[in-house]
Amino acid sequence: MERAITAEGLTKRYGSLTALDSVSFAVGRGELFGLIGPDGAGKSTLFRLLTTLLAPDAGHAEVDGFDTVKDYRAIRRRVGYMPGCFSLYPDLSVEENLDFFAALFGVRVRDNYDLIAPIYRQIAPFRTRRAGRLSGGMKQKLALCCALIHRPSVLFLDEPTTGVDAVSRNEFWEMLDDLRQRGITTLVSTPYMDEAGRCDRIALINAARILGIDSPKGIVARFDEPLYALSGERMYELLLAARQSPGVRECYTFGETHHLIAEAGFDPDTFIGTLAGKGFRQVALHPIGAGIEDVFMKLMHHGE
Amino acid sequence: MESEPIIRVRELSKRFGDFTAVDRITFDVARGEIFGFLGANGAGKTTAMRMLCGLSYPTSGSGTVAGFDIAREGELIKRHIGYMSQRFSLYDDLTVMENIRLYGGIYGLSRREILRRTAALLERLDFRAERHTRVGRLPLGWKQKLAFSVATLHRPEVVFLDEPTGGVDPVTRRQFWELIYEAAAEGTTLFVTTHYMDEAEYCSRVSIMVDGQIRALGAPAELKRHYGARTMDEVFRMLAREAKRTE
Repeated sequence: MERAITAEGLTKRYGSLTALDSVSFAVGRGELFGLIGPDGAGKSTLFRLLTTLLAPDAGHAEVDGFDTVKDYRAIRRRVGYMPGCFSLYPDLSVEENLDFFAALFGVRVRDNYDLIAPIYRQIAPFRTRRAGRLSGGMKQKLALCCALIHRPSVLFLDEPTTGVDAVSRNEFWEMLDDLRQRGITTLVSTPYMDEAGRCDRIALINAARILGIDSPKGIVARFDEPLYALSGERMYELLLAARQSPGVRECYTFGETHHLIAEAGFDPDTFIGTLAGKGFRQVALHPIGAGIEDVFMKLMHHGE
Repeated sequence: MESEPIIRVRELSKRFGDFTAVDRITFDVARGEIFGFLGANGAGKTTAMRMLCGLSYPTSGSGTVAGFDIAREGELIKRHIGYMSQRFSLYDDLTVMENIRLYGGIYGLSRREILRRTAALLERLDFRAERHTRVGRLPLGWKQKLAFSVATLHRPEVVFLDEPTGGVDPVTRRQFWELIYEAAAEGTTLFVTTHYMDEAEYCSRVSIMVDGQIRALGAPAELKRHYGARTMDEVFRMLAREAKRTE
């Protein structure tokens, strides 16, 4: 696999806080690679190191074969970067922003229009509107166009879907899928675990460290304990009662159901019988496959 | 439900000029419910919620929140509800104690009452050792628990939560939902607005707003069944895609 991004032992400290602790991973050419983790995990710091805006305290990284410290100028010309905060000029119109970013990179909008056309078409009806007055979803589409206008070889998107509604989020991921089919390498971060499945491969990141790297299917396959979905009436009391029951290693909320991790020797019928004895009727317990959140929590516990 | 609904809304509308932001919404929320209030950007969610929180008055329609009239008693509503947002709730530069005292004062509690409730709150959260720590230095999970406790310091019957767990790790998130479940089991009503459909799955019932109107209302399982969807995300997208208006 030809590598578009390589990071080895990347470490960054801010005073006494270690924002990134010896992070290593590689992204292959043409991959859509997701960095999944909560606020404060170190995602934005990693983006700033890879896009040469910060220098690491230890370790090193390459983007497109260039060293992020020595060859920062070459990298800045070749990558597209959409930071986590709104990065356009609010007082410039949609088309003025696009022209401006093209000029910065010494290209004309029409040179690479084919690349942004499917995205730009959606905001073109508002081309004379000031960027500051666009909706969240449209701002994000414009920011993506601006990050793509010089036809970058690697695209860095820091939490592009935070704060936008489910419809716009889905549209955004469809655009990333389309860009992948055109061969663009993308590193994208998100705090939302349900978006992990849209990536070729993901790295789970928490508290400055990478917990695991794999395909979304490979990650969930790492969950090797018996897992059940538990539901019934009085869900809160049920949660507390389940935790007290023999053979239950862990039980935690999971939206409409609770997830229960069983120990060896756990017997569903005995479990339901025990709960019935405590007044819980119509308890449903089904074996299920783990999701990204289950794996994430398991790996978090491992690190402790 | 046997008792009076804690939130009761009938044909509530809000117009700005000739734009109808909220268009005759009608629903009830029972005591002890965790009610999810969903909608795409621009669907009218924020405008509706501002009316429910007593921050703006409706153009037409009627309703009550915790027994107070939405059309006339905004000030009283504000004093009797709790509000918490993931983005902002506490002052990072104030200590744990100072934050509690500040909010106690805002909610109009007496000094003695503030002291009494502060002690109880620190005890319950096991925060005594951290009472003089600046909130900015607390781990996110602690901050959230504190923010929720502060938002309920005046023992409101209904608490509004705005995207309460966006961006937090899955363990912290579950600790928070347990706090919510506990409050609901004790009879507090939780009114949750969120963009994130996996948060919606935690609610007892949800409503989905499209173009200023409530298009769907029910338990997540019912809605998924009705729309033949696997997740709330699918249900939401099916409905929101029909939206005619953009922001």
